[in-house]
Amino acid sequence: MNSPVNHNNFTVTQDGIADGEVLLDLRNVSLAFGGVKAITDISFDIRKGEIRAIIGPNGAGKTSMLNVINGFYTPQQGKIIFRGKERVGMKPHQAVGQGIARTFQNVALFKGMSTLDNIMTGRSVMMKRGLGWQMLWHGPALAEEIEHRKKVEEIIDFLEIEHIRRTPVGKLPYGLQKRVELGRALAMEPSLLLLDEPMAGMNLEEKEDMSRFILDVNRQRGTTIALIEHDMGVVMDLSDRVVVLDYGRKIADGTPEVVKSNKDVIDAYLGVAH
Amino acid sequence: MLYRTAGQFKTTYEADHALFPVRQDAILLGIILVVAWVVLPLTANEFAFKALLVPVLIYTLAALGLNILTGYAGQLSLGTGAFMGVGAYACYKIITIFPEVNLLVAIAMSGFFSAAVGVAFGVPSLRIKGFYLAIATLAAQFFLVWLFEKWAWLYNYSASGAIQVPTIEMFGVVVAGPNAKAITQYYFVLAVVTVVTMLAINITRGRIGRIWKSVRDMDIAAELVGINLMKAKLSAFFVSSYIVGIAGALFVFLWRGAAEPNLFDIPLSFRVLFIVIIGGLGSILGNYLGAMLIVALPVVLSYLPGALGIPVSSSMVEHLNTMVVGALIIFFLIVEPHGLARFWAVLREKLIIWPFPH
Ligand SMILES: Nc1ncnc2c1ncn2[C@@H]1O[C@H](COP(=O)(O)OP(=O)(O)OP(=O)(O)O)[C@@H](O)[C@H]1O
Ligand SMILES: [Mg+2]
Repeated sequence: MNSPVNHNNFTVTQDGIADGEVLLDLRNVSLAFGGVKAITDISFDIRKGEIRAIIGPNGAGKTSMLNVINGFYTPQQGKIIFRGKERVGMKPHQAVGQGIARTFQNVALFKGMSTLDNIMTGRSVMMKRGLGWQMLWHGPALAEEIEHRKKVEEIIDFLEIEHIRRTPVGKLPYGLQKRVELGRALAMEPSLLLLDEPMAGMNLEEKEDMSRFILDVNRQRGTTIALIEHDMGVVMDLSDRVVVLDYGRKIADGTPEVVKSNKDVIDAYLGVAH
Repeated sequence: MLYRTAGQFKTTYEADHALFPVRQDAILLGIILVVAWVVLPLTANEFAFKALLVPVLIYTLAALGLNILTGYAGQLSLGTGAFMGVGAYACYKIITIFPEVNLLVAIAMSGFFSAAVGVAFGVPSLRIKGFYLAIATLAAQFFLVWLFEKWAWLYNYSASGAIQVPTIEMFGVVVAGPNAKAITQYYFVLAVVTVVTMLAINITRGRIGRIWKSVRDMDIAAELVGINLMKAKLSAFFVSSYIVGIAGALFVFLWRGAAEPNLFDIPLSFRVLFIVIIGGLGSILGNYLGAMLIVALPVVLSYLPGALGIPVSSSMVEHLNTMVVGALIIFFLIVEPHGLARFWAVLREKLIIWPFPH
C-alpha cells in the first residue's frame, strides 16, 4: 500500500531568501507592442512569502505584467531583478527552472490529456530518465514515474479532484479546469506562483474553494503568489499588498486598506468598473 | 459480464501503471499474440502472407512511426514515403558494402539514417506549424525522391535505377531475396513489429509521451511548464523517422524484393497518412486497425463481387477502392478524428458495464 497523503509535508525549496525580503524587483519596466503601450515605466516588488495582488481595469496591462515576470515577453526598457540577480535574455521554458510557474487567464490545459497527465506534465522538467530507459519502462523509468506520481497524488488530494483523475480535461466544467491548471502549476513546486484571474467565471462556492486553496498554498508551502483578480472582495481578503495599474501605468501600491481608500484608484478602477 | 472490472482493485501505483489494469485486456492481447504467432502461420497460404499479413504488419509499422509525429506530437508530415525510402536505401547500401552484416542489425542501423534525415527536415517545425509545415515536409518528399533517382551511388549504378534485394541468410535460413519463404519473412517482420510496438507503447505512456502530447495540445503552455519545444519536436521527428525508416527497409527487403525511386513517392506517403487517420490519431492500436483496413480493402473488393457472381474489371476495383477510402477519410476526419481505435474504446466501455448500463 502507498502511505496516506499528508498535506503538511509539502516540500519547500530553500532559496536563501528569508520571508519578507524582496524576491522579485521590477524597475522602470516598459513594454510596447508596435504602437500599443501595454506597460509604461512601472516599478514594484514582490516579497517572499506574500500574496501580491495586481489589479486594474480591462486592458490595464496586468496579463502583460505577468508575461514579463515569467520571461514570455522581454520589456523594451527597465530591469528585472529576481533573487538579487538581474535577468538577461531568458527563454520562456527557463522560467520553471528558476521556480516560476503560472496559470492562464484563458485556461491553457492540454485538452486531449487526463487530469493526471496534465498535472504530471508539470513535473516533466524534474524527470530525467531519457529515451533509452523510457523504452524499457520497467526499472528506473517506472521508479521515477511512481516517485513523481506520489507527489502529483498529493496535489490531487489537496485540490479535491480525485474523482476526475482519469477524465480528459476537455470534458471538465470550467471551474474544475481552473483547478487542474492550478494543480499543474503546483506540480512544478514553484517558489513564485503567478495566477491570472484564477476565479474568473466561477460561482461563489467555487470562488471560496479557490481562495482557500490559494491561501493554503501560500501558508503551507510558503509559496509567494502574484494574483490578478477582478473580484475586489477576494483581493481584499487574500492579498498582503496590492499594486494597481491603469492604462499601463501604476497608479497605487500598498496594503489593501491603503489602496481601497486611494482616490485615483476609486476614480480609475472602482468608479469605472461598476 | 465479459469485461466486468468489479473486484479488480489496485493497491499500488505500480499496479496502476501496469499496461493492462483490466485483466480482460491482457487476456485479449494474449489471444491476439497466439493467433499472430501460431494460428496464422499454421493456416495461412503463400498468397495470404504476401498479399495480406506481411504488408499489414509493415504498413502498421510505418503508420506507427507517422502517428508518433502527427498523432502524438501534433506535427503533420507528408513525407513519410520518402523517409521510408531513406531507410530502404540505407539498408541496401549497408548490405552491399558489408555483406556479412546480420540483416536485423542492418535494418536497425538504417533507421538511424532516416532518423537523421527526419530531424534535418524537422528543423522548420521550430518556426512553422500546421499547413506550412506540411508543405515543408512535402518539399522533403520531392527532394528525396529526386535524390533517389539522381544519386546513382545509392542504387550501385545499376542500369535500371532500381535496387534488387540479394539473397540474404540469417543463421543459415534465407530471410530475404527471391528464395526466401513467405512464412520466414512473416516471422521476421512480426518479430520486428512486435518489439517496436512494445517500445513505442512504453515511450508514449511515460514522460516523453506526455511531453509530445502537451506540445500537440498547446505549445505555449507546454513551453511555460518548462518543456523545451525544440527538443520535444526534434525528438518526435527522430523517433518517428527511425520507425518509418525501418518500416521502409522491411518494405523493400522483406516484402517487395526490389524498388524503384517512385515507389516512395507521394501515393505511399498518403497511404500511410490515411492509415493513421482511419485507424486513429494518437493511438497505437489504431495503426493496426487502419493498416488492416487499407491493405485488405482492395483484396476484398477484387474477390467479393466475383464470389457473388457480379463481374467487375480490375480498373473498376481500383476506382471502388479509391472511392471507399476517400469516403472513409472524410467520415473519420469529420465524425471521429480518433478513428477505428475509438470505436474499439467505446465498445470496450460498453462491455465493461454490460449487461447493466448505468
Ligand atoms: N500580444 C499582444 N499584441 C498586441 N497587443 C497586446 C498584446 N498583448 C496585450 N496587448 C495590449 O496590451 C494592453 C494590455 O493588455 P493586457 O492583456 O495586459 O491587459 P489586462 O490588464 O490583462 O486586461 P484584462 O483584464 O482584460 O485581462 C491591451 O491594450 C492589449 O490590447
Ligand atoms: Mg489579462
